[in-house]
Amino acid sequence: MDEVTIGWYIALAAILFSMGALGVLVRRNALIIFMSIELMLNAGNLLFVAFARHLGDLDGQIWVFFTMTVAAAEVAVGLALAVSIFRNRDSVNIDDMNMMKG
Amino acid sequence: MQFVEPTLNLSVILPIIILTFSTLLLMFVDFWVPDERKDITGWLSLFPLGGALTATFFQWDTIKGAFNSSVLQDNFSTYLSILYLITGMLSVLISIGYIRKRGHGRSEYYFLMLFSLVGMMLMGMANDLLIVFLALELLSIPLYIMSGFDRTDLNSEESALKYFLLGAFSSGFLVFGIALIYGAVGSTALPDIAEGIATSGTVGLAGIAMLLVGFMFKVGTVPFHMWTPDVYQGAPTSVTAFMSVGAKVAGFAALMRVLISSMGSMDEKWIPALAVIAAATMIVGNIAALTQTNIKRLLAYSSIAHAGYILMAVTASTKSDDGVGAALFYMMTYMFTNLGAFAAVMAMERFSGNKQLDLDDYKGMGKHNFAFAIVMMLLMFSLTGIPLTGGFVGKFYVFKTALEADLVWLVIIAALTSVVSAFYYMRVVFNMFMFDGEIDMPTVPNALKLVMAVAAIATLVLGVLPADWYTIAQNALMTTGG
Amino acid sequence: MTIAQLYIPVAVLFGISIFFALLLPILSKILGPNRPGGRKGEAYESGIVAVGNAQKRLPVKFYRIAILFILFDIDIIFLFPYAIAMKKLGLFGLWSMLIFVVIFVLGDIWVWKRGVLEWE
Repeated sequence: MDEVTIGWYIALAAILFSMGALGVLVRRNALIIFMSIELMLNAGNLLFVAFARHLGDLDGQIWVFFTMTVAAAEVAVGLALAVSIFRNRDSVNIDDMNMMKG
Repeated sequence: MQFVEPTLNLSVILPIIILTFSTLLLMFVDFWVPDERKDITGWLSLFPLGGALTATFFQWDTIKGAFNSSVLQDNFSTYLSILYLITGMLSVLISIGYIRKRGHGRSEYYFLMLFSLVGMMLMGMANDLLIVFLALELLSIPLYIMSGFDRTDLNSEESALKYFLLGAFSSGFLVFGIALIYGAVGSTALPDIAEGIATSGTVGLAGIAMLLVGFMFKVGTVPFHMWTPDVYQGAPTSVTAFMSVGAKVAGFAALMRVLISSMGSMDEKWIPALAVIAAATMIVGNIAALTQTNIKRLLAYSSIAHAGYILMAVTASTKSDDGVGAALFYMMTYMFTNLGAFAAVMAMERFSGNKQLDLDDYKGMGKHNFAFAIVMMLLMFSLTGIPLTGGFVGKFYVFKTALEADLVWLVIIAALTSVVSAFYYMRVVFNMFMFDGEIDMPTVPNALKLVMAVAAIATLVLGVLPADWYTIAQNALMTTGG
Repeated sequence: MTIAQLYIPVAVLFGISIFFALLLPILSKILGPNRPGGRKGEAYESGIVAVGNAQKRLPVKFYRIAILFILFDIDIIFLFPYAIAMKKLGLFGLWSMLIFVVIFVLGDIWVWKRGVLEWE
């Protein structure tokens, strides 16, 4: 208990990641699912930063930049899709999206 | 700390530079193309592809690293780049008339497709997990938009959102897995991982598992295949054709590179896992396809099944010398056959009322349009794997390489599921020749006819005279290390 | 002193704040008079009359600007590290950033010409 070791960070990141993954599986609103995915990505970021500090290596921090950029690009596309769906059917609930079955 | 300039070797990514910048140029040229004649942009987009293809041909047989070896050019990547660029050209050809109607005359479609191709090409070259990740996203994000390109069609929108949410979900797994590997090894470069992974313990193993989950989502293998049928059915058919070939092949390319060059030393850990997944994918894909009545959905399940066959070759690739060659050859036959099959679907498709995507709509085709029916039959034969078609030769080499790797049980499952697959592919053929029906076929654009002809000829050539082509695939070796 | 001991004051503060956060609402619930009524349910209990619901739909052009903002916002994070290490990176860094910025600006011009920034 003397120090905050790397194990703590791994545990915290794993908890955040599981919360995100559960959120994706359980929630029905597309925007909330989307936030859960962001939580998963940020759990990865946290892990990268923690390991970079632990290993004394900068690569992990560079990774965070790229993950954030990619997440932003995904947000842009995701929001646009959500807006476009909302215009067509007044809802972003994924349970309403069952046009195709077979 | 002194800054050391990295070795660039820009010649390695020359095709990518050509494709990127000529696409940017095209985006601006497009402003002078009148709105009602956006087909011109489609035809113009063949030039960046042609330029990149020419540059890629000159790269054959040279092995070089670039950007401090985070990007690697070898015959493996060159072969794949050629496949992607041909896929791109054929996809542009089938899209032009189709997107005019379903895409509301918007030309962004072509830019998105070209940028997605840049991502695919980078994926074959990636020698660092960072490049793998960035290339994967560069490939996927345009595809999300393309799936929803018909924004007045609820199916298309729904398919885009599903694809997007599951794609982003799998990116989460990928990032987290890579972060764990980074923590265990201290680097994300594939050669460094190859050195450190064997001693990396639980953290490294967990990382590999999550990385594989991410990849399996992207290539659509069981149990991460649920999104495939909905997305393939809802997206505009030209997009389905493009992503069923391009995105899948690119996903497998990166998977092979990562598994073989960085995790080859611990293959006794991942071979059983991948073998089980391959078997499950073949079984689920082929059996679910049996009950489908919508042709796009049928082809979606068929593409899941084919992912299983490719995965079988990937599984065998560390134990057998021909594993990579067999997988690459299979990808080539799959590319031509699948693009041809989707082109045939598009030739029948209508945009309002009865969309003519049911298997029943093909009844009586043999009498109505004999040439079309023969080509469709040939493509269905090839997807089944009947001799004298490319599909048969591809399956033959995949089975052979799996036998060399002592995966006998897997080969038995693969052979049995191939027999099962004959039932649903033959249903299309029977509908065309054994039944009578009214065919109401739209006039087929010449570009579509051309793509179908190319696909049919390529399927025949690969089936009858495969030796030279297989040699090329075998020579497309992967370089490991920096 | 171990890390755990260092955090004791924080834990104490945390405990006190939770205690008060719970105490005050409960006290006011028990002690205070409770007479709900129509006017009391409104957003502004006195003075201004509320004009409508807060969850009003906004025109889609706000979303367009928001999406563009996200992209700008994130691309800045590549410029900050460069600003710090600019001298060390020399001409090589300058060319790299130039290519990055040129591609980004090209995208902007395209967005602008496409009419995304038009408000009316």
